[in-house]
Amino acid sequence: MTPKARRLAELALEIIVPIVLVAILWVWTSQSDTFYYPPLSDVFERFADNWLFERFGSDVWPSLRRMAIGYVLAVIVAVALGTVLGSSRTLRRAVAPIVEFLRSIPPPALLPFAIVVIGVGDDMKIFIIAFVCLWPVLLNTIDGINGIDPTLRDIARVYGVSGRDRLLRMMLPAASPQIFAGMRLSLSLAVILMVISEMVASTNGIGFFVLQSQRSFAIPEMWSGILLLGILGYVLNVAFVIIERRVLAWHRGAKASALS
Amino acid sequence: MLEIEHLGKVYGEGKDATHAIGDVSFELAEREFVCVVGPSGCGKTTLLKCMSGLLAPTTGEVRLRGRRIVDPPPEMALVFQEYSRSLLPWMTVRGNVLLPLRHKKLEKAERTRIVEEAVGAVGLERFIDRYPWELSGGMQQRVAIARALAYQPEILLMDEPFASVDAQTRGDLEDLILEVRERFDMTILFVTHDIDESVYLADRIVVLTPSPTEVREILDVGLPRPRDQVETKELPEFAHLRAHVYRLIKRQEDAAAA
Repeated sequence: MTPKARRLAELALEIIVPIVLVAILWVWTSQSDTFYYPPLSDVFERFADNWLFERFGSDVWPSLRRMAIGYVLAVIVAVALGTVLGSSRTLRRAVAPIVEFLRSIPPPALLPFAIVVIGVGDDMKIFIIAFVCLWPVLLNTIDGINGIDPTLRDIARVYGVSGRDRLLRMMLPAASPQIFAGMRLSLSLAVILMVISEMVASTNGIGFFVLQSQRSFAIPEMWSGILLLGILGYVLNVAFVIIERRVLAWHRGAKASALS
Repeated sequence: MLEIEHLGKVYGEGKDATHAIGDVSFELAEREFVCVVGPSGCGKTTLLKCMSGLLAPTTGEVRLRGRRIVDPPPEMALVFQEYSRSLLPWMTVRGNVLLPLRHKKLEKAERTRIVEEAVGAVGLERFIDRYPWELSGGMQQRVAIARALAYQPEILLMDEPFASVDAQTRGDLEDLILEVRERFDMTILFVTHDIDESVYLADRIVVLTPSPTEVREILDVGLPRPRDQVETKELPEFAHLRAHVYRLIKRQEDAAAA
């Protein structure tokens, strides 16, 4: 097989396997009369009823909004803080125990605290999401900035590049492959914490919907919510990879040419 | 123009101290091309870093037109040995060459003109919008030279700039650097471990001893200019000078090995 034909075959496989799996599930559950595993057709029906686009404004949008704000906030704070900490060994040593302690706290354990201090509104959920997303980006940024080739710093000095140009055109791009790796990890954490925070104290959101459906024994609804979360996570990851490929195209190119 | 006076550099303290540079003094006149050669591991890079103000010397000082150098001065540009580490892979050739101009207060058109002139001087007009990693090693080092030219320095320091390219490319780059020196009227200090290269390029050669480095001898190279890869290297004086420098360095290496 030529490489091109091979790639096409692999792509076809990637598309066909999920379709086949869904078809098997469909047939298998079609005669199902167990309460907890309703026919897939029922789940799809409820999915269409609820998510296209009946509950989009009332549940999906609030969820996405909280997640996006929490995530973006975390990335901004983590990159800023990571750049400062990555540039100073002394500072890094000083805050290392605090960072290690804070990131070791299992995030859901913070929920009771957050509810008491911030309340049950959006702010609490955004806080929890941001808190969790902070660490992977922070640690990766510190590592990225700290690991910058000293030659780069010499160049900045020799050619008088300082301040904004030095930060935005030299240091951050040099650390960006690692920053992106952290951001990707944080993105999946953001989805998880969005759901958890909505299950504990909420009046809307996808996580709230799933729990509420289960409590009122609307099992196909519950499944449709889970299905949506899975799709959401998948789509977010694909979108992230597309953006990363564009932004870090130089990195892939440079690595490929270094190997050849 | 540039004076190096009793320069010494010690790394570490007490028992662990390493004397990288013992005592080095020499000077560069305006528009002079000086090559610094020495046996491998003789602290050439350390010397260059001290001269450029990137590294503070332990003893002695470096002066540029009488002014003591403590930080890289704006009149000085530096070309590093490893182009793959010194060019920024996230910027095109244009972006890389533009980098040292960003903080200078210039009109946009003027900037563009300087960048294009510098890239043209190293013969890479066609590749100005490519990324460094799309180019060959020799071409990447040309970009690094163009970046130094765009900075419009009066003095250019080069740290074994052609050490990692093949022989054919090296010859082309040597001629290129002689050409830009004429065109941009610069003083050049060129560090190399290649004896032929030093004789071919220089007005004067500073031969160093092994670490702790001192100046072994300073020779005048009286070869006529413009130099030519074939004709210059055929001259008896070239062979004579080359052999002389070779013996200086070889004898030291043998002494160090014994």
